[in-house]
Amino acid sequence: MPEITPEVIKSHGLSMEEYERICQVLKRSPNHTELGIYSVMWSEHCSYKSSRAILKLFPTQAPWILLGPGENAGIIDIGDNLAVVMKIESHNHPSAVEPYQGAATGVGGIIRDIFTMGARPIALLDSLRFGELDDPQSRYLLNGVVAGIAGYGNCIGIPTVAGEIYFESCYKGNPLVNAMCVGLIDHDKIIKGIASGVGNPIIYVGSATGRDGLHGVTFASRELTEESYEDRPAVQVGDPFMEKLLVEACLELEKTGCIVGMQDMGGAGLTCSTCEMAARGNSGMELDLALVPRRAQGMLPYEVMLSESQERMLICVKAGTEDIARKIFEKWDLHAVVIGEVTVDGMLRVKDKGEIVAEIPAKSLADDAPVYQRPQQKPAYLETVHYLPDLPLPQDYNNVLLKLIASPSIGLKEKVYEQYDHMVQTNTQLLPGKGDAAILGIKGTQKAIAVTTDGNGRYCYLDPYLGGMIAVAEAARNVVCVGARPLAITNCLNFGNPEKPGVMWQFQKAVEGMSYACKIFQTPVTGGNVSFYNETEDMAIYPTPIVGMLGIIEGQRVEGMGFKDEGDMIVLLGETKEELGGSEYLKLIHGKVSGKPPQIDLDWEKKIQATCLEAIAQGIIKSAHDCSEGGLAVALAECCIVGEMGAEITFDSIFIEPHYLLFSESQSRIILTLEKKDLEKLEEIASFHKVTFSIIGRVKEGSLQINDWIDLRPSFLESHWKSWL
Amino acid sequence: MKWGVIVFPGSNCDHDCYWVLKHSFNQEVEYIWHKETNLAGYDCLILPGGFSYGDYLRTGAIARFSRVMLEVEKFANRGGIILGICNGFQILLEAGFLPGAMLRNKNLNFICKYVTIRVENEQPPFTNLTSKGRILNMPIAHMDGNYYADKATLEELNRNNQVIFRYSTKDGRCPVDANPNGSLDNIAGICNREGNILGMMPHPERCIEKQLGSEDGRVIFESIMASV
Repeated sequence: MPEITPEVIKSHGLSMEEYERICQVLKRSPNHTELGIYSVMWSEHCSYKSSRAILKLFPTQAPWILLGPGENAGIIDIGDNLAVVMKIESHNHPSAVEPYQGAATGVGGIIRDIFTMGARPIALLDSLRFGELDDPQSRYLLNGVVAGIAGYGNCIGIPTVAGEIYFESCYKGNPLVNAMCVGLIDHDKIIKGIASGVGNPIIYVGSATGRDGLHGVTFASRELTEESYEDRPAVQVGDPFMEKLLVEACLELEKTGCIVGMQDMGGAGLTCSTCEMAARGNSGMELDLALVPRRAQGMLPYEVMLSESQERMLICVKAGTEDIARKIFEKWDLHAVVIGEVTVDGMLRVKDKGEIVAEIPAKSLADDAPVYQRPQQKPAYLETVHYLPDLPLPQDYNNVLLKLIASPSIGLKEKVYEQYDHMVQTNTQLLPGKGDAAILGIKGTQKAIAVTTDGNGRYCYLDPYLGGMIAVAEAARNVVCVGARPLAITNCLNFGNPEKPGVMWQFQKAVEGMSYACKIFQTPVTGGNVSFYNETEDMAIYPTPIVGMLGIIEGQRVEGMGFKDEGDMIVLLGETKEELGGSEYLKLIHGKVSGKPPQIDLDWEKKIQATCLEAIAQGIIKSAHDCSEGGLAVALAECCIVGEMGAEITFDSIFIEPHYLLFSESQSRIILTLEKKDLEKLEEIASFHKVTFSIIGRVKEGSLQINDWIDLRPSFLESHWKSWL
Repeated sequence: MKWGVIVFPGSNCDHDCYWVLKHSFNQEVEYIWHKETNLAGYDCLILPGGFSYGDYLRTGAIARFSRVMLEVEKFANRGGIILGICNGFQILLEAGFLPGAMLRNKNLNFICKYVTIRVENEQPPFTNLTSKGRILNMPIAHMDGNYYADKATLEELNRNNQVIFRYSTKDGRCPVDANPNGSLDNIAGICNREGNILGMMPHPERCIEKQLGSEDGRVIFESIMASV
């Protein structure tokens, strides 16, 4: 076994202080295997050592939250003994060096987090960020990531129903691949990741263990460099067919009542699943590595413990039920073996052919990683970036709108989502591209859920606190626009190197903003993931928190954003202000990423959403669409394209310049259509909630006309909307 | 009548087919495991969509060797009705129950979207409640749906009216640009000469209720029920 030298310690990503701490816990020096085990569990990726203290700001409780952060996924009550299990997680670094497998295994990993709770996975979402598409590397990454998501999700039979993709040069060497999975479960079927009951056997099932993915979590816990491409072996290879068998077999086993606890082997593999299950169960665990199925010869205990081979599950069953489990796994042609048992002493004891190779208190690995209060400092760029000079008015507004709608970040992602099976399981009741959130029917009930992901990195770059609030507000607005009441979020926080004070300041502010918004909207955080070190030698990414929002539909809904019938009144809920800072218009037309992002008053936002939701509940709303990137003009164009209708929009008294009116990204705005006879009802609802709205026009056949600025046919807009890829 | 939905490892539309038959049509239906050796009592078998054995090899190439396929063959020879959807169609081709083969989609990508297909023959049990020329709105979701057959086979298919569906425009024409995957002659579904085995790439089980975008899949199941 290699000697433990300062170089060895450093190469494991551990500081000397951390090493000292390990020696204190063990009351001796760790051997090489133990050092490896600590290094992965105390890595940023597994331990959240830089973020843990700040994450405590998130509200996590509400009467409908059955399980908050700390388990493999959060669980939200939706009534009728049913609950939704959800989580989002990043796979940024692996996707940067090997896009197909990086994205595929990101999907595979998040699916395991859901069915390990006993839930059937019913939907996938993906939030993606790449460099600008004129860079061939970014195009290669986009194609590879999309193919990887499709390859895994389609094969396993879970529909990919929603997501977003944005392009900014800051993501050039470090794309973001955040995958979210949503599952459905009965309240009484919830399984936790615990091992308890002395003598209960620990079953290993799934793929054999190989040398793939060694130190994947350590790889994820440092910046990307040229040499990162040599770390390609740290990226694993996905086998969706194997995982499909695991889903079916584990859910079949769940029905027998044999399971005490279950956890997948994801990041940090066997090490993480064993010590976390033991720690949660206040137990110990003894393993014999000689029993672990392997796919490579001569693997050392170190390698077996740290391997991140995919599609493996660890299950603690009640003693005496091993045969029941074995029969089910045999039926599904899966390899399952008992590799250890639950013990009483709280130690993770790892043997290899009878010899003890590691002996560590399980809780010291799972719960007692160091917690850092990293220094924070407001980054210097924020002193100058808010300046915005007077902008010249465009000559031709038609031309500007066409450019905006054809920009990759705004354009329709049809060529992407058509590669994803978004209909399998036959719950998808609002197809991608048709509305602001996906709607999934819950079979056997009249209910449906709405899900979306959201996050604007540019806003967070310009003002992380504001950007954090907007991420939550917009996600809530999106589910509201299809008629769903927001219930809870999961989030993935993508940031740069936390050892840099500027990054840590951004992180703190973004979390504060999100936390405040979650409190206002009563959407607690049920869990998620922090991804630091999203930097290349050239630059850090924009701070990019991504929100995955769940909403519930119990009555009326809206069938998307498309305008429906000639003569319908078009109403704008909310107000447009002189807010071009951080807008797509500013970047695309004026080449600037600067200014202040749009302001948001969360109490006002909540009233706007309440008005929209109540109007939908009363059945008077025929379409709804929120105004976001590109502003009102883009939102109206999308309503026209999707509905294959035109509109006549007139602004009579104009208090602000047309480019503000058309392209400001002012928050808290929703475009609604309704029949004229229902305007009175909308007035009642709006005045009850003390919000304003304006009638801005009517739906009609033909083109989209806005004063004498815009006159474009929907089919022409559509061809531009679809032209980006 | 009694339906059986065959479950291969990696099938993933098996639950959808089962749900539709049981809850939308109140039919008697059971899952049939791929190792099953007895298919007595069934009137119609469905080979559902999915990725049998991961489809890491040619689609359907491994599933065709499943034990149950020996029984499926006997069932077919007895005149039993067999509907292969998507991966099920691919398996039927590999097993030689239907002529031709599947190539990768022309654009080399997986394609999931609603398409329109035209009914070419209303004689078989799968379409007898429709009429020739009727347009159906159904989703496809596949990587390998680019149907191919040699010239002689295609001539025979046409001569015997074995082409049941073609990809078409909404107004019933079949130009190249109505063809999503490059399929020969816009073919979306074919049956055997006897007319009791149908393979189709579109998914009728995904369009049974309005909320899912279309109800046009109903007529396929209703036709089968009407003919048994």
